[in-house]
Amino acid sequence: MPVRVLLFAAYRDAAGREVIDLPLPAPATVAEVLRQLRVAVPGTIALPERPLVAVNQVHARLESPVADGDELALLPPLAGG
Amino acid sequence: MNLLSCRPSPAADVGHLTDAPIALGPLLEEAASPDRGGVTTFLGLVRNHQDGRTVVRLEYSAYLPMAEAETARIVAEAAERWPARVVVRHRVGALAIGDVAVAVVAAAAHRAQAFEACRYVIEELKRRVPVWKKEFYADGTIEWVDPTARPARVERT
Repeated sequence: MPVRVLLFAAYRDAAGREVIDLPLPAPATVAEVLRQLRVAVPGTIALPERPLVAVNQVHARLESPVADGDELALLPPLAGG
Repeated sequence: MNLLSCRPSPAADVGHLTDAPIALGPLLEEAASPDRGGVTTFLGLVRNHQDGRTVVRLEYSAYLPMAEAETARIVAEAAERWPARVVVRHRVGALAIGDVAVAVVAAAAHRAQAFEACRYVIEELKRRVPVWKKEFYADGTIEWVDPTARPARVERT
């Protein structure tokens, strides 16, 4: 199943990419997507072990499920306000 | 500007995130109404220093759809907890020292509700809304700000 991964700010700079489409076996979790991402995109190896994540624009956890067509965002430490 | 005028609030189609300068007046008008006698405002301005370094300018970027959705969720939570109307704007893009980076205006019947709702929204915004800050320093270096990497600061009362 295809999953779209979005990278922002420092993570985007590290990976050199903003959008990565990953094919994954279903069902998957955020942690599984991260494992696959680290293999597929070398620049993401340096990402923290437990980064902030969002699935379909809602804060999620490493254990959260990821479904076909979901959008998973990796969020560097937030610095708004 | 008549804050207590009875004319309708401006159209609510303005997003919470904007690349245009933030003016306080329209936000006050949007939050105020004749039954809300207490209005509090928090403004976050671009500071010219950070951890002992001189900052010359900065850029905010955001995961825009989620930042809008998360800000709307926070405003809705505040409306559930307090009888207050809260208006929020956060800048994205290039900002200069002294620019308004974020504005939160809370209006309620009485001041306690307005203060509490305003504080809740700015604290939750900083904790939950996906916005990132790139600082440009006087020595020519550039960094993404990582608040979690900084030494803990003790709030003095």
